[in-house]
Amino acid sequence: MTNGVIHWFRYASPQSFYPLAGRMIPWFATLAALLTAAGLWIGFFVAPTDAQQGESYRIIFVHVPASWMSMFLYVVMAGWAGLGLAFNTRLSAMMAHAIAPTGAMFAFLSLWTGALWGRPTWGTYWVWDARLTSELVLLFLYLGYMALHAAIDDPRRGDRAAAVLALVGVINVPIIYFSVQWWNTLHQGASVSLTRAPSMAATMLTGMLVMALAFWMYSIAAALARVRAIMLEREAHMQWTHELPEAAK
Amino acid sequence: MNAPSSGAVFRGIVRRDLRLAARRRSEPLFTLGFFVVVASLFPLGLGPEPELLRRIAPGVLWVAALLASMLALGRMFAADYEDGTLEQIVLAPSPLVLSVGAKIVAHWLVSGLPLVLVSPLLALQYGLPADVIAHLALSLLVGTPVLSLIGAIAAALTIGVRGAGVLVALLTLPLYVPALVFGAGAVDAKLAGLSAAPNLALLGACLALALLFAPLATATAIRISLE
Repeated sequence: MTNGVIHWFRYASPQSFYPLAGRMIPWFATLAALLTAAGLWIGFFVAPTDAQQGESYRIIFVHVPASWMSMFLYVVMAGWAGLGLAFNTRLSAMMAHAIAPTGAMFAFLSLWTGALWGRPTWGTYWVWDARLTSELVLLFLYLGYMALHAAIDDPRRGDRAAAVLALVGVINVPIIYFSVQWWNTLHQGASVSLTRAPSMAATMLTGMLVMALAFWMYSIAAALARVRAIMLEREAHMQWTHELPEAAK
Repeated sequence: MNAPSSGAVFRGIVRRDLRLAARRRSEPLFTLGFFVVVASLFPLGLGPEPELLRRIAPGVLWVAALLASMLALGRMFAADYEDGTLEQIVLAPSPLVLSVGAKIVAHWLVSGLPLVLVSPLLALQYGLPADVIAHLALSLLVGTPVLSLIGAIAAALTIGVRGAGVLVALLTLPLYVPALVFGAGAVDAKLAGLSAAPNLALLGACLALALLFAPLATATAIRISLE
């Protein structure tokens, strides 16, 4: 293993990942701040006013990226959880554990902004639309994951149990999404039409993509910050945590 | 000594669990009683208009059956865990997936099948026509095993955990969504004069998927809980 290649597996140990994460956080946080500023600027000043919905549609620049991130993060979380379960690596399970609150936050944000957007455009805060309902179920899945992890005292057992739940959830998410859509087409009254303006202006799409990137960077920064805290908490009895420069202060 | 065949292990565990349930009859009856009581409370809360009751009957009965079957999950592994039987099952030479499958089958026979058998009676109270009642029972017959299979994963994950009852509810309810949608949808479709076949077929697909994955996930979860 001395052929000059970067030894990625070296970073599978909390001891060597902790400083790396610490160095990466400022970069991702800065990127997140810059991209958020750019995305909001596009959203508020560059994107044209919508012909049908007026100014209220501008919440789309937070709402849609938040929904994307909430779904994407669940898959990422399940991926880390699966890695942890398969290879029994401590860090993978910690990463999955660190991502869950951020994912739940985005699911909640997506529901909340959806409600605020729904009020002026559909005249109601909530409709039992397929997308809203499956987003709500996704939030419940996040909460279940976190609750299960919190209920088990031994963190290693909690990691593995929650990992099984995350994997079961990730198989179920497409089925739930499909079933809710099916349910909705059977029950949907003609009260609310969800069809948007037929073509989306290119600037609107750009704004959304920039915001999605910003949320992505934020998620990485937040997950890394949280995983550092988890590492310290779980490995407080280990030698390396006491040799950290910040421990000396 | 010859190891018992897989079929013998399967039958043995099913028979043992059924005998245990027969010796302690009150617990399976609680599940059934809960189902009947919940279904009877809805008309009291909503008013006695037959038209309204008929329209909400599929959803109400399905939700009541779902909650009742969820309540029964706590019993699936808890007693065996406390007296050490579960550990012996894990240590036994026969594959754990098989033993877990037998436990799920026994659990369904005790807590799922009675719901299917009683549902026509409740459906009569809600004034559903005969062919819709048959479809309700059929959808529950296909759907309650899905609930038992998915619930087994949550029950296994929460073995020996504080507040397991509430936690099981939080873990299972989101995963129950497809079964509820397709099950109640089948009855609704029949009530509206449409074919129930698409929903029933999808429910059957859920059952096939759950049969494939749930025992594996449950066995993994039991191993994690016992280590």
